[in-house]
Amino acid sequence: MTQTGNIILDVVIIVIKIVIVLGVNLTIVAYLTLAERRVSAFMQDRLGPNRVGPAGLLQPIADGIKFFTKEEIIPAQSSKLIYLMAPSFVLFPAFLTYAVIPVGPTFSAWGYSFQMEIANLNIGILYILALTSFVVYGVVLAGWSSNSKYPLIGGLRSAAQMISYELPLGLSIIGVLMIVGSLRLSEIVNFQTHLLWGFLPRWNVVLQPLGFLIFLIAAFAESNRLPFDMAEAEPELVGGYHTEYGSMKFASFMLGEYAGMITSAALMTTLFFGGWDFPWVNESALGVWGILLAVIAFSLKTGFFLFLYLWVRWTLPRFRYDQLMRLGWKILLPLALVNIVVTAIVMAFLA
Amino acid sequence: MVTVLLYLFGILAILSALGMVFHRNPVYSALFLVVTFFSLASIYALLGAQFLSIIQVMVYAGAIMVLFVFVIMLLNLRKEVRLPIGKPAQVIFGVIFGLLLFVEGLLIIKSGSISGTLGRYPQAKVNVIGNVEALGNLLFTKYLFPFELASIILLVGMIGAIILGRKKMPKEL
Amino acid sequence: MNVKNVKRVTIKPNIWDLLYIPAIIGGLSITFKHLFKKHITLEYPDEKWFPPPGYRGAIRLNRDELGREKCVACEMCATACPANAISMQGGAAPWDDREKYPIWYKIDMLRCILCGMCEEACPEEAIELTVIYDFADYTRESLIWDKERLLKNYDLTKDGNYYKRQLEENKKR
Repeated sequence: MTQTGNIILDVVIIVIKIVIVLGVNLTIVAYLTLAERRVSAFMQDRLGPNRVGPAGLLQPIADGIKFFTKEEIIPAQSSKLIYLMAPSFVLFPAFLTYAVIPVGPTFSAWGYSFQMEIANLNIGILYILALTSFVVYGVVLAGWSSNSKYPLIGGLRSAAQMISYELPLGLSIIGVLMIVGSLRLSEIVNFQTHLLWGFLPRWNVVLQPLGFLIFLIAAFAESNRLPFDMAEAEPELVGGYHTEYGSMKFASFMLGEYAGMITSAALMTTLFFGGWDFPWVNESALGVWGILLAVIAFSLKTGFFLFLYLWVRWTLPRFRYDQLMRLGWKILLPLALVNIVVTAIVMAFLA
Repeated sequence: MVTVLLYLFGILAILSALGMVFHRNPVYSALFLVVTFFSLASIYALLGAQFLSIIQVMVYAGAIMVLFVFVIMLLNLRKEVRLPIGKPAQVIFGVIFGLLLFVEGLLIIKSGSISGTLGRYPQAKVNVIGNVEALGNLLFTKYLFPFELASIILLVGMIGAIILGRKKMPKEL
Repeated sequence: MNVKNVKRVTIKPNIWDLLYIPAIIGGLSITFKHLFKKHITLEYPDEKWFPPPGYRGAIRLNRDELGREKCVACEMCATACPANAISMQGGAAPWDDREKYPIWYKIDMLRCILCGMCEEACPEEAIELTVIYDFADYTRESLIWDKERLLKNYDLTKDGNYYKRQLEENKKR
C-alpha cells in the first residue's frame, strides 16, 4: 500500500474511496426502492410510481422527504434504547461490507498503485460473513424491544431463519475457497480472469455450479427477501419485526434490506461470476479503458443479480415456516457438505 | 497508537463484562456480552491476529449470542429478582478465591512477558504468508490430534442433543 | 353431496419435478414476459374511463325542447326511492301545458345509492342517471343537489361527450 511512504496521501485516497463507494451505494439503494416498485408494477402489467419527476425518477427524494417529516412514534413500554438502536444494527453492517469488494483491477499511475476497493483484507470473505451475521441482531432486537407480539414472532422467526441459512451460506463458499486458495477477494477475482480450456471464462460458477445455487438460495434467505421473508410476512405478522416502527427508523430497516441486497449481489458477482472480469479481455493491459471496462462489467453483473432479486420476488410464493427449515437443514446443508467433499476429491485427483 | 487502542478496548471489554454481570435485564446482559466479544476481537486484530478476531465475531457474536438472545426472548425472561445473600461462609470463601485469582493474574502480568520460545511462525513470517495459512498449517500438522479430539467432542455433543431433543416413540412411553 | 363419488387425484412428482429448478425457471420466464406486456393501468386524471351505455352515475333532471324542466312534481320518484334521497315541493306551473312543476327539488347524493329506481318510476322521462362518476366534493352541503345543479348535469351530459370535453380541458392546461 505504502509505496510512496506518504501516509497523508494514503489517508486522503482512502477517504475519497469511502466517499465514492458510500455515495454510489446510497444512490443505488435509493433507486433500488424505485426499481423495486417499477419492476414489480411492470411484472403485474401496471405502471408503478411515475408522477414525481420524469418517469418517476425523483420518487426516492419524495419518499425521503416523507420519511423525514413523519411523526416519531416510540411505543409505550418499549425498551427505548434498544428500540432506537435496532435499525442501525441492520443499516451499518450492510454498508460496511462494501469496503472489501473489488470493483476493478489494481492499476498503477503516477508511481502509485491504486486498488479498486477500500481495504484489501486477506480475510475479506470472512469479514463480510461476520458482518452479515450481525444483521440478525437488528431484526431480533427490533422485534423484542417493540414489546408487541407480532414483531416478537417476526424477530424470533428471523433469528432462527438467519442462523439456519448462515450455515449453507458459509459452507457453499468453501468450495470456491478451496479452488482459489485464498480468502482475499481480489485474489478470488484474479483467479477467475483466466480462461478454462482456452475458451471458457474460468468463472467459479462453471467450476462450482452447485455451490453457486446453494449460495444463491441462502443469500436470498439471509437478506429476508421473498420467497423467504418469514420475518415480515404481511398477511400473518402485519409486517413482522418492523410493525411498530415509523418514519426514518422504518426507512433505515428498508435501506438496510436493500443495502444487504447489493452486498449479496456484489458478492455473488465476485465469488462466482468473475467479479470485474470481462471475459476474453485482458483489462490490465488496456490502461484506463480497461479499468472502465472492468467497472462496467462489475456493475452489469451486480445489476443483473439485483434484478434477479426483484424478479424472483414476483415469481415465487412465500415458503411456509416448516418448509423453510426443511429446505435449509435437510436439503441445502447436506448438499453443501457433498459439494465440499466432491470438490476435495476432484482436486485431489487433479493435483 | 496501537497501545492506546489496546488499553481502550481492554477497558471497554472489562466495563461491558461488568455490565453483563450486573445488569438485571437478561437481554441487556446478552448485549453487553456481545460488546465484550467485540472488544476482544478488536484486541486480537490489533495484535495482528485478524483471522482469530473475525472468527471471534462470527462465531461468538454472530452465532452463539444470537442463539442466547433467541432463547432469552423465547422464554420471555423478565428482570432478575435480587436474592438474599447466602451464608457468611459462602461470602468469605467467594471473596478469598476471587482475590486469589486476581492476585495470580496480577503476578503473571507483573512478571513481564509470558516466556517460551518462538514457534515456526513468528510475527514476521505470519505477515508474509498470512494468518489463515499459518493457522491452518499448525492446526492440521502439529495440533492435529487436539483438533480431531475437539471435533469428536462436538460430534458427541450434537448426537446427545439430538437424542435428548427427539420425540419419544410410542412404545417407549 | 355424496363424498364417495369424489375422485382423489394424487400426482406423484418424478425426479425432474423434485428438483424444482425447471419449474422455477418456467415461472421466471412467465414473469419476464409480463415485463414487456401492455400496461393495463389507466392514468386516471390524465386519461378518463368511458362508462358503457346503461351506466348508472349521477342523476340529472331533463329539460324539454324549450329548456324548461320536464318534471311535473308527481313525486313518483320520491316514492320509489329506496333511500329516501329525493324531496320536492310541487306548485302550480307557470306554463299552460302542465298543471304542476317542482318549486324546489332536492336529491341528497350522500343518501342516493344510484339504483335507478327514480328513472324507472318517472312517467315523464324527466329524471335520468348519467355517466358522471366524478362528483366527489368537499362538504356535505354541496352534495345535496338542488334543481339548478341537476339541470346543469343535463346540460353537461346531453351531447354524450362529458369525458371527452374534460380530456380536452386537461390538454389545454
